[in-house]
Amino acid sequence: MKSFNKLSGIVASLPQLNIDTDAIIPKQFLKTIDRTGLGKHLFHEKRYNKENNLNENFVLNKEPWNKSKFIVAGDNFGCGSSREHAPWALLDFGISCIISTSFADIFYNNCFKNGVLPVILDEKNVIEINKLALEGIEISINLEEQQIIAQNKIYKFDIDPYRKHCLLNGLDDIGITLENENKINFYEGKLSNKKWHIPEKI
Amino acid sequence: MKKTLFDKIWKQHVVDEREDGSSLIYIDRHLVHEVTSPQAFEGLRTSGRALRRPDLTLAVADHNVPTENRVEGIKDDIARIQVETLEKNVKEYQVPYIPLMDARQGIVHVIGPEQGFTLPGCTLVCGDSHTSTHGAFGALAFGIGTSEVEHVFATQTLVQKKPNTMLINVSGKLSIGVTAKDIALGIIKKLGTSGGTGYVLEYAGEAISNLSIEGRMTLCNMSIEAGARAGLVAPDSKTYEYIKNRPMSPKGDLFEKSMDEWKLLPSDEGAIFDKLVNIDASSLEPHLTWGTSPEDVLPINSNVPDPQKVEKENLKSAMKDSLDYMGLKPGIPLTNIKIDKVFIGSCTNSRIEDLREAALIAKGKKVNDSVHAMVVPGSGLIKEQAEKEGIADILIEAGFDWREPGCSMCLGMNPDQLKPKERCASTSNRNFRGRQGRDGRTHLVSPGMAAAAAIAGHFVDVRNFN
Repeated sequence: MKSFNKLSGIVASLPQLNIDTDAIIPKQFLKTIDRTGLGKHLFHEKRYNKENNLNENFVLNKEPWNKSKFIVAGDNFGCGSSREHAPWALLDFGISCIISTSFADIFYNNCFKNGVLPVILDEKNVIEINKLALEGIEISINLEEQQIIAQNKIYKFDIDPYRKHCLLNGLDDIGITLENENKINFYEGKLSNKKWHIPEKI
Repeated sequence: MKKTLFDKIWKQHVVDEREDGSSLIYIDRHLVHEVTSPQAFEGLRTSGRALRRPDLTLAVADHNVPTENRVEGIKDDIARIQVETLEKNVKEYQVPYIPLMDARQGIVHVIGPEQGFTLPGCTLVCGDSHTSTHGAFGALAFGIGTSEVEHVFATQTLVQKKPNTMLINVSGKLSIGVTAKDIALGIIKKLGTSGGTGYVLEYAGEAISNLSIEGRMTLCNMSIEAGARAGLVAPDSKTYEYIKNRPMSPKGDLFEKSMDEWKLLPSDEGAIFDKLVNIDASSLEPHLTWGTSPEDVLPINSNVPDPQKVEKENLKSAMKDSLDYMGLKPGIPLTNIKIDKVFIGSCTNSRIEDLREAALIAKGKKVNDSVHAMVVPGSGLIKEQAEKEGIADILIEAGFDWREPGCSMCLGMNPDQLKPKERCASTSNRNFRGRQGRDGRTHLVSPGMAAAAAIAGHFVDVRNFN
């Protein structure tokens, strides 16, 4: 995984509530067996009309937001399906930080596995950043310091320390878990008491 | 200290507790399907890691599969490659697999319980948000992303923060014609789509005890639509009866001993939950969604809501956008809404009880000329049972299109999709924009409500339907 520390760039405003992962990356693009190449299909039904031409009114198709590195979004961003294709598509487009008042659990979790940082701020601050987004003003984020810097104003945010550590260092958490493989072995050793542990073969 | 069902399962599965407050949790059961697994298998291959416990894993293809003319194979090349990739991967990593042409094939959340793979007190995951379904057995079951699928492949564990607990007490009795689907929609109406975020829900009370196992699966399935990754119902005699003699469940003496263990699982009297929600089952009516989020839901005898009556600006514009997308005018009775399609299926409502409910309504009647109505059983075994019970004949005679099992039009990854502006009465779980097909309009309902709408050509109150 790519590490994440500092990022500066344009913010795309998507203030709608409950933007679901079906909207972020529709079903027809889930047939891929790869993680890459999904950026061009990000928000497909909003970005392209029925004839598959670019919808010029959609924020990600307009200058300067077609080079957005951030999204500022309405409540409960990423709800619905568990598809990790959603953060893959965001990342492939070039967006690696999303700011909202709240995120759906599975999406939130999936972001951290891919070097995408979801930041939770309170509503007042999200509204302020949304205003800057609409004006096309660049913002910066510093994960180490846990702060967003926008027009000389600093917004502090909270983040789980383990997730921060993994993002800062681009760590693969399977590797970290396997460092403690002896604990898994020990746990499995005790499982012989669990009568139902191994399913019958089919 | 008194413990909840969740506390007990959690505690039994902690492999390691980390300084930052997260835990390494052991995973007893891992269900795998074709859409969210290829990149995880590829990750294993690239890093040269083994799949730790294929014996605790079960794979099936369901999302991409055609529901008609299956012998002809999958025509869409990309979809076919994805299913073939799953077949290649399960062979290489020796994962038990139910092939496409096997009678046991079906939707992953239908076949897990059906095969006895899902058991009380186990932790169960799958790269699919509707994994919450399995909570109906008192299993801690939740959906994960592909990176976590790979983590489970390699380690049989997951790093998790302990969630909060919410007790949803559904007291009293449901009226006739009101189902588990209506409880689920009623709860989402109350909590909203993010009210359950960060919680594991436990459903309890008289109305839950009275639900069949199928009904409990419907209810737990939709926990994620309230934002909760998992929903639970304590196991009871119905649970044990369902599990007994399933192909993968413990047999004989082992079953009896397992049952002794499972009987200790229900929440202790007086155990503390972080949040408590009360719902009176007798006040629930058949529900119907009118918008583009499962929380956009009302009882059938309501009118389409009016955005002008909403105060908060962002909610007002969200409602207006939803109604525009849905092609609905404020104030019209929901029962006036005409439909073009009916979809009875999905991991929410494709089990034998759901098909019986639809057949009961459809018996001796005809699907309206203006409607195409599809029934997609949850598994090949359910299809066989429905054919044996005469349910399939009733539905076919009424003009329903009787299909092969799969996820089908719930998400339209296969050819079963809505055309732009087509309106569908669907027993599935999500009415998101474009979910069932670009510009398609989805209304979520119970199987009985869907069957009644198919016959009437518009929504009707199934309680008054003759």
